[in-house]
Formats: sequence, structure tokens, C-alpha cells
Amino acid sequence: MSVLIYVELDNSSIKKTSLEAVAYGAKVASQTGGQAVVLALGKAENAELEKAGQYGATKVLHAADGKLEHENSLAFADALVQAATQEGSKIIILSKSGLSDAMAARAAAKLKAGIVSGVTALPETNGAFKVTRAIFTGKAFATTEIKSDIKVLVVRKNAIEIDESALNGGSATVEAFQPALRDSDFTASVVSIEKADSELSLTEAEIIVSGGRGMKGPEHWQPLIDLAKALGAATGCSKPVSDLDWRPHHEHIGQTGIKVAPNLYIACGISGAIQHLAGVNGSKCIVVINKDPEAPFFKAADYGIVGDVFDILPKLTEAAKSLK
Amino acid sequence: MKILVCITNVPDTTAKISFTDNDTKLNKNGVQFIIGPYDDYALARGVELKEQSGGCLTVLHVGEADAEPQIRKALAIGADDAIRVNADPQDSYFTAAQIAHIASQNSYDLILMGRESIDYNSGVVHGLVGEMLGIPSYSPVMKLDLDGNNATITREIDGGKEVLKAPLPLVLGCQEPIAEWKIPNMRGIMTARTKPLNVVEPVSVDDMTAPQTYQLPAPKGACKMIPADQAETLIKLLQTEAKVL
Ligand SMILES: Cc1cc2nc3c(=O)[nH]c(=O)nc-3n(C[C@H](O)[C@H](O)[C@H](O)COP(=O)(O)OP(=O)(O)OC[C@H]3O[C@@H](n4cnc5c(N)ncnc54)[C@H](O)[C@@H]3O)c2cc1C
Repeated sequence: MSVLIYVELDNSSIKKTSLEAVAYGAKVASQTGGQAVVLALGKAENAELEKAGQYGATKVLHAADGKLEHENSLAFADALVQAATQEGSKIIILSKSGLSDAMAARAAAKLKAGIVSGVTALPETNGAFKVTRAIFTGKAFATTEIKSDIKVLVVRKNAIEIDESALNGGSATVEAFQPALRDSDFTASVVSIEKADSELSLTEAEIIVSGGRGMKGPEHWQPLIDLAKALGAATGCSKPVSDLDWRPHHEHIGQTGIKVAPNLYIACGISGAIQHLAGVNGSKCIVVINKDPEAPFFKAADYGIVGDVFDILPKLTEAAKSLK
Repeated sequence: MKILVCITNVPDTTAKISFTDNDTKLNKNGVQFIIGPYDDYALARGVELKEQSGGCLTVLHVGEADAEPQIRKALAIGADDAIRVNADPQDSYFTAAQIAHIASQNSYDLILMGRESIDYNSGVVHGLVGEMLGIPSYSPVMKLDLDGNNATITREIDGGKEVLKAPLPLVLGCQEPIAEWKIPNMRGIMTARTKPLNVVEPVSVDDMTAPQTYQLPAPKGACKMIPADQAETLIKLLQTEAKVL
């Protein structure tokens, strides 16, 4: 029996969160006495795909069909199902993202598999197969037994600790994979794609510097961007900020935006409304900079500075630059 | 144009979450329930599209009778009729199977719902429903326009967006800024009282999961305050103490 892990490619590289999913899947495979097989869809060099071996995979199925070059959850779900069938996989693992949820859902319906999304830790596999996931946007957790023969798990970032220094030099063999693609998966035509290529994606970022209405306006964002640059961080914002078009919509973090789980989240001029906190409570360390000592965000923070963001940010940027 | 909008009935975003019955049930005491915020966006856009095309819009909820005030609110916002599948859904698969069953008996051109419910945050029901019906599903949709039998969809992707053109029927998971949330007006509230709300029993579905147990996260430790005039010392602390740099 094998565990199948889908890895997302970004510019022909395996996403970091997907490598985490490989490590997670390899752990589940060893718990259940199986092999970890990886599925990659789209263009990538073998040397890149072999990297999955360092995280515990033994084999990578690679479908390089040009039709799979562009993200298409319908066709990707079909490919995932065919890979699972070919490999006799009973457990399918994906790293949580919009694409993964969509693929996982369609694959689960095809396979009549129980699906649990938002998994935060390794499953219990002695006896009943039980997984724990975050619910109520991180305000609570639920433990669920999956009873179906095939199980689909969509795992959150940080569901497993990876010690990069302890990676075994393992290498996976890469096998060409040719899923049968259905025309019905390609009825939509892509009119345009707008993607900020240079930007670090929020869901992948280890550090995020985020701004709220306290930043006063889009023309005042530079000090925040400077700190983000100095730290190698991605930039985010609160909902009113994207509603006001101060920042692009894909930076909106919170209950109704992107949920992030970086190592470090720095909130600048964000009050810390519960809907915003819901999107950041998976962060390892939270820093809050706010001129109001009563701002609710301080209650959820690890470090706080009461002060004006426009005084504080340049100081932090200077200090961050002198780190390296 | 026949539109189906699926809504969840969830604790208000500010609700304090706790559990009862040995951590097997949500404590609903003092908790205000609302239409899921993402579903509310789907509903708002659904109503606009219905008004443009002169079609009809049905709102569907899989859940128990205590959701009826929220269903009535959806009727007041502009849905023509409502269906409640009388069940306490245990997981996404069950919910999706009920929606797919209702949809298979009525040929809807468009099935809209939120990108995810804010209680379980799974974001998988639209995909499950799409596959069960054998029609495409897309999510998260930020913009939706119809031109005859074709939809133009703007979807959020990692770090940006893509625009797709796709023929109906479709299942779509919606998010802002697809439309502005709508607030029911007095006339809407009055007419909602007499609009049909049909209660149907669920179809049977194999259990994919067993009932779950809940836990609350460990409480957060105290926040370490750094004086503003020593702000730069934060960076060192993040490196040596928190070890996140
Ligand atoms: C259903 C629903 C869903 C929502 N979803 C989200 C969501 O996903 N994400 C989200 O973010 N919000 C969400 N909200 C909105 C949320 O309730 C808050 O309104 C919002 O988060 C506030 O944004 P803010 O902190 O940027 O602005 P404000 O609340 O206006 O806070 C600005 C803060 O900046 C501080 N400040 C001002 N000037 C300075 C300065 N010079 N230096 C330092 N600090 C300064 C102020 O003290 C204040 O604390 C949602 C609301 C609802 C009802």
C-alpha cells in the first residue's frame, strides 16, 4: 500500500509547502508500512523532482503533458485519481491551497473517499485512522476518524516539523506518467493571467510584514516594504486596506482573506480585530506595532511596541539590514 | 436562468467558541448565528444576476431548523424560494451529496456558494458537488459575469488572478469582491415571510467519517513589550530569543 502525495510546482520548482507534504506523507507511509509516491504535474527538471527523495519519497510520477502546464483543478484531479489507482494508494496527501482543496475535493468524490482539509498534525494510525484539523479559522481543533477505504488529507503548513539539516541524502526515481485527459476538463478557456512573479507568495512566506489602516494610505507603504525587503519577507494587509484599494486583494489576510502561518508575522497599524486574528493565529511568532496600547492585537502578540509605525519601521529596517 | 445558492449557518465571526457534551458538541449558548460571510457574497451576486437575467434563485441549506431565520434572511435579500435538507451534516461529503441530489433534480445553470464555510474552513464542498454532478467547479471566484450561456470568471490564484471563460452549468465558490453584501429592506422582509421554504429529508450517504471531538488551543503566553525608543532591539530578540530570523 502506498501513500500518494501531490506536489505543486511553481516555476518548475516544488513549492516549499509541498515538500513539507512529502515529509508528512513519508511519515504516514512509514506509520502504515507503505511507500511514499509523489505526483508532479507540469514542467520540471528531473534533478528538481528527485529532491522529493530527500524528504522521504521513493518515487516521483511526473506528467509533463503541455496541457498540464497551466493550473487546472479538473484535469489535475483526474490525474491524481489515475495515479492513485495505478499505485493502489489508500492515502492521498496534498498541502492546503486553493488548488489543492479543489483537486482533493473532486478526487475524493471520484474515489468515494473521506476528505479532511486543514489537517494540523500526523494522523493516529493504530486502530482507527484519526486526524486533527483546525476549525473555526484556528479558534479550535477537531479530531475526526476517517472510515472510508481511501482517505484524502489536505494538510496545513507546519503540520510537521522538518529539520532541514537532518535530511537524508535520499533520492527518488522519476517515472514518466501519462494520465488520460478528458476534453470535459478543458471546456474553460483562459482569457488572461495576472501574476506578480517576483513577489513572495503569502502562503509560502516564512516572514510576513503586514499593514493596516494605521498605515494611513497607499503612498505611505514604502517603510513597510523596506522592512519586508530587509527581512526577505512577503507583504500582507488587513481587509479595509484591500477594500480601499491601498493594496492588491491577494494581500488581504484574515477570516475572509488568506490564512497564513509564517514563522514571523509583523503587524503594523492593525488593530487586531478577531476576523484579522483568525487569519494569522497559525503564526509561530507575532509582533505588533500600534500606537494604541489598548489595541486588541497585543493580546495575541509575542512581542509588542507601542508607538508610531512611521518612527518604528525605519529603526527596525536599519537593525534588520545590519543583521546580514 | 436558474440559480442555486447554498448557504451555511455559522457562528458570527466574533463568536467565542466553546464545546459541551464532553467536547463533542459546539456550545451554541449565547452564540449568534449568521449566513456564512462567503455565502453571503455568493447570494448577493446571485441576486444581482437573477435581476439582470430575469431568472429565479433558490437558496439551499443542509442543516437543522434553527437555521430558518438565516434562510428567511436570504429570502428577504432576494431569493425566490428555499429548500432546507433536514439533517445535521457530519462532514463535507455528506453535505455535498445532499446538494448534488437536489441539483440533479432541478437543472440549475449556476450553483453558487462561499469559497469555504467559516466553521470548518474546508473549502471542498463546491469541488465535491461539481464532481458528483459531472460539471466544472471553480473557486475562489472574485468576479462573475454572464453572457448568455457563458460565464466570465475572475479567480484568485497564488499571488494574482486569472480570468476564465466557461460555459454553464457551473459550480462556483465565491469570495469578495464579487458583490457587496446585501442588507434586506423592509419590503424584502415582509415578502420573505410568505415565500416557500420547503423542508426535505436527506438522501442516505455512506458515512465517510465518524463523529468528531473538539479541542481548544493552548492559551497564549504574555506579550513582551519593547519600549519605542529601543525598537531596534526587537530584531536581536527575534533572532536570539524567538529564533525566527
Ligand atoms: C464578516 C467579517 C469578516 C471580516 N474579515 C476580515 C478579514 O479577513 N481580515 C481583516 O483584516 N479584517 C476583516 N474584517 C474587518 C475587521 O473587523 C476589522 O474592521 C479590520 O481588521 C480592521 O482593520 P485595521 O486593523 O487595518 O483597521 P483599524 O481597525 O482602523 O485599525 C487601525 C489601527 O492602526 C492603529 N494606528 C493608527 N495610526 C497609527 C500609527 N501612526 N502608528 C501605529 N499604529 C497606528 C490604530 O491604533 C488602530 O489600532 C471582517 C469583518 C467582518 C464583519
